[in-house]
Amino acid sequence: MQIEYIGGFQVFLGVLARFWPVWLAMAIVLVASFNFRKHLGLYGQLFDSGVGISGVAICFFWLFTAIFAAKVAPFDPLSQIAVMKDALPGAVEPASGLTYLFGGDKLARDVFSRMVYGSQIVLIIAPAATMFALMVGITLGLPAGYYGGRVDSVLSFLANLVLAFPVILLFYLLVTPGIMDTPIPYALAGLFFLFPIIFFSVLFYTRFKDRPDRLYLLLGITLVFGGWIYAGLVFNADPFGIVSIEPNQLNIFVAVVFASSPGVFRIVRGLTMDIKTRDYVAAAQTRGETPWYIMLWEILPNARGPLIVDACLRIGYTTILLGTLGYFGLGLAPESPDWGTAIKDASRLLRSFIHPALPPTFALMSFVLGLNLLADALREQSMKD
Amino acid sequence: MLSFILKRLGVIGLTMLCLTLVVFFLINLDPNLKKLAISQTEMRSTTEQLESWLQRNGYRQNFFVRYGQWLGVMPKQPNVDPATGQAVPRFSFCNEPAVPQFSGVLQGDFGCSTKFKTTVASKLFPALGATGILMFWVMVTMVPIALLIGIFAGMREGSRTDRTLSVASIATTATPEYVSGVIFTVIFASWLGWFNGSAASATSQGITFYNFTLPVMTMAIYGIGYIARMTRASMVEVMTQQYIRTARLKGLSFGNVVVKHALRNALIAPFTVIMLQFPWLLTGVVIVETMFRYQGFGFTLVEAAGNNDIDLLLGCSLVSVFVVLVTQLISDVGYAYLNPRIRVQ
Repeated sequence: MQIEYIGGFQVFLGVLARFWPVWLAMAIVLVASFNFRKHLGLYGQLFDSGVGISGVAICFFWLFTAIFAAKVAPFDPLSQIAVMKDALPGAVEPASGLTYLFGGDKLARDVFSRMVYGSQIVLIIAPAATMFALMVGITLGLPAGYYGGRVDSVLSFLANLVLAFPVILLFYLLVTPGIMDTPIPYALAGLFFLFPIIFFSVLFYTRFKDRPDRLYLLLGITLVFGGWIYAGLVFNADPFGIVSIEPNQLNIFVAVVFASSPGVFRIVRGLTMDIKTRDYVAAAQTRGETPWYIMLWEILPNARGPLIVDACLRIGYTTILLGTLGYFGLGLAPESPDWGTAIKDASRLLRSFIHPALPPTFALMSFVLGLNLLADALREQSMKD
Repeated sequence: MLSFILKRLGVIGLTMLCLTLVVFFLINLDPNLKKLAISQTEMRSTTEQLESWLQRNGYRQNFFVRYGQWLGVMPKQPNVDPATGQAVPRFSFCNEPAVPQFSGVLQGDFGCSTKFKTTVASKLFPALGATGILMFWVMVTMVPIALLIGIFAGMREGSRTDRTLSVASIATTATPEYVSGVIFTVIFASWLGWFNGSAASATSQGITFYNFTLPVMTMAIYGIGYIARMTRASMVEVMTQQYIRTARLKGLSFGNVVVKHALRNALIAPFTVIMLQFPWLLTGVVIVETMFRYQGFGFTLVEAAGNNDIDLLLGCSLVSVFVVLVTQLISDVGYAYLNPRIRVQ
């Protein structure tokens, strides 16, 4: 059977057209944010510089691509259509009349659809793992910086221990298939996922301990909601069956959180040691506030600038880490459409076909670039204040 | 200063002890031992045969005893041949002695590689040498380019050069090795045909411009952006100092001020960053050596991890952890040496 091809310009138009839900959503959000930028605080200030606008635009592009993946992608990321094996970009699939815009890979899957669906995996795991790493780093970094002394020595030693591990070795040890037979990933997950619950409980307790009506409500919400997600993620025992995670994804998640939380710890610790000498902390101490109130309600809000910048950079770095895992075939399923796995599959065959390699590489690069530009613009803005 | 270094060396020793214990624990998890036994015996071994292989080769001894043996504080026991009752060495291919003796890392014996059928030392050190060559060329290209970009960008903050170079260096930090490696291979090997897309020939036939440019380029590009940005930040800070203004006001040319007054002070911070870049380079080495099939340290690490080669993987982690910790020490000592204000404190 002869496969028909469409020209390069038509491929370009086809790609633009496929992304129509993304363009629409981006147009609405960006125009709205631009018009109300004076009232949007730090986020609004991003629209003052070209770097900031491009960063926001790239990040929104991938965010909406992930949300509307089912609409954008013409094919299923896993379905194989034998006749399209190694098809060049622009090949028209005979049965449905739709186009393999970026061609087919060696298993005859649509490269374009895989790239689009890959964004979903990346945009779920990377920000979520970063958030957990932030929680762990903040909850441990604040007391280490504030109390100093022995607490600091022990925690810093542990953090340096993890930091001295080359990331790749850590992944090879923590993300092997064998380790899922042992309780180690679940124990680590159980430990890490406890931190957000502790964080929010202490946060609300220190603030509202004299106002029981608010306190019990907030604590109740934290414990019920946190416990629900905790049961779903760690024990895979969500009573409603909504929250669940594949064992190998849990493993990746735990490894990524483990690798990046010491970095957050070091930053939070440094910031705390700096801010602790300020007058308003001394004022709070004189008022007789408890140490945890000072840490969470006086120091943390004033450390938010560098932390937001770091979070942006860290999501990008986590994306790179996920790609590394995929590139070495660790953790993620071999047919998973995520960008790292796609790069691995394609890079083995670069001598014969180059087209399956390029879409995932550019996708990964542009997303990390967007986050880095965003972080750079945020840093510029927070320095102006 | 001396007591500071001694104290740091003590911490390094403790850290290495803890880390090797963790690595030892993770490698010797039961599923991993089973995997090793399956790869070392015939394919269709029964569970009992696997178990007896593990038993016979001493993998079922107490965990701490085995760690002590690896470390060299406990005597290594030879195997006892059940037929004759005589002691035989565990692995024939790396002539382990047939009598109990202390032979661990502390005595300089890194053990036996089950994957490569040789001693760890004879596999690991040539691989380290090969990686050393790669690292050398990466450093030689990366550091000067990064410093130049950083200095030009930071010289006049906010200028067009600054903006262009800053965005360029942000772009390179967003390009991990496996991305830039693919793109460079497509451009320079598949399309233009200038360079070889594989460095496998570098091991056998020696390094040439043709087979070594792509790995070096791929590894350098990720680090360049980071070092350049640090240099730029440091340069910008120095250029706002009072003594720079004084030098300008007394009539020195701009170029003269930059080279004679600003540069020396601006290069202290990047020194630390360059030193701390080594741990990052280790990950890069693994990716680049796998991608370009260069038989170095990273390649060995991947092979060892993939085949659960216990002694080799322990050797690899010992080396990498050592590199990370020593570069940290050098960066701290060097920083104190370069910056007189800290030395006095």
